[in-house]
Amino acid sequence: MPTKPAGTLYRGREGMWSWVGHRITGVVIFFFLLVHVLDTSLVRVSPEAYTAVIGAYKNPLMALGETGLVAAIIFHAFNGLRVIAIDFWKKGAKYQRQLLWIVLALWLVTFAGFAIRHLSLALGGH
Amino acid sequence: MTTIESPRSGKIGSGKIAPKYNRSGSSRGNFEMIAWLFMRLSGIVLVVLIFGHLFVNLMVGEGIHAIDFGFVAGKWADPFWQFWDLAMLWLAMLHGTNGVRTIINDYAEKDSTRFWLKMVLYAATLVIIILGTLVIFTFNPCPVVDGVQLPGGFCPAP
Repeated sequence: MPTKPAGTLYRGREGMWSWVGHRITGVVIFFFLLVHVLDTSLVRVSPEAYTAVIGAYKNPLMALGETGLVAAIIFHAFNGLRVIAIDFWKKGAKYQRQLLWIVLALWLVTFAGFAIRHLSLALGGH
Repeated sequence: MTTIESPRSGKIGSGKIAPKYNRSGSSRGNFEMIAWLFMRLSGIVLVVLIFGHLFVNLMVGEGIHAIDFGFVAGKWADPFWQFWDLAMLWLAMLHGTNGVRTIINDYAEKDSTRFWLKMVLYAATLVIIILGTLVIFTFNPCPVVDGVQLPGGFCPAP
């Protein structure tokens, strides 16, 4: 008796863990988005209200939070493109593991670029 | 003659456990297929919109130091960025709402729990989309209250 049915994509290993990561990053980004629309809406209250709240964001702890959020966004973006490749490219399902390693490599490069630039701006003073 | 049981009959042998489906089926046409397709199409557009948003707001020039009321006013003086942000707002909210809807459907087992969680989600989505859209289109870079300009405004020199 086979221990694992053939042709599974979302059961175990790369296929499953990337799916877990996609869900978690998706929820995190969604809740940030709700807050982000609310804080941006303060431009409609007064210039001072908006600049005060944005000013409160400009501290090292928030800079780390922003960096983590962008890490989540970059993963969700590239893994989302991988999901599209799996669904629409006829060899996508066959190469889903390799595609995940490409996603992780692109994630590392893009995230490193963002983190170096953003953290040196945010933490390096003005 | 061999009888082939329905996959959901729960009578399949060979040690496999056939799932028992407890949810009542609803006839919603091909809504789920449209939602599935929307996730993929909006996803591609959102990659461009959000990467562009992050690059222009955080990577260029002084990055986060430049962000204040004047920065937003300067962007929304241009219909290009108004449309960019409007598209990003609508697509991201609908994409995110459909994602959270899927997660609620997956993990909330009780019919009433599922229903109410989704009602809260849809209410939040509606508020955020309407609020964001109004803010983009009714934004005033030079707010004046009782004939006095509010400090910090983005006003042209008189």
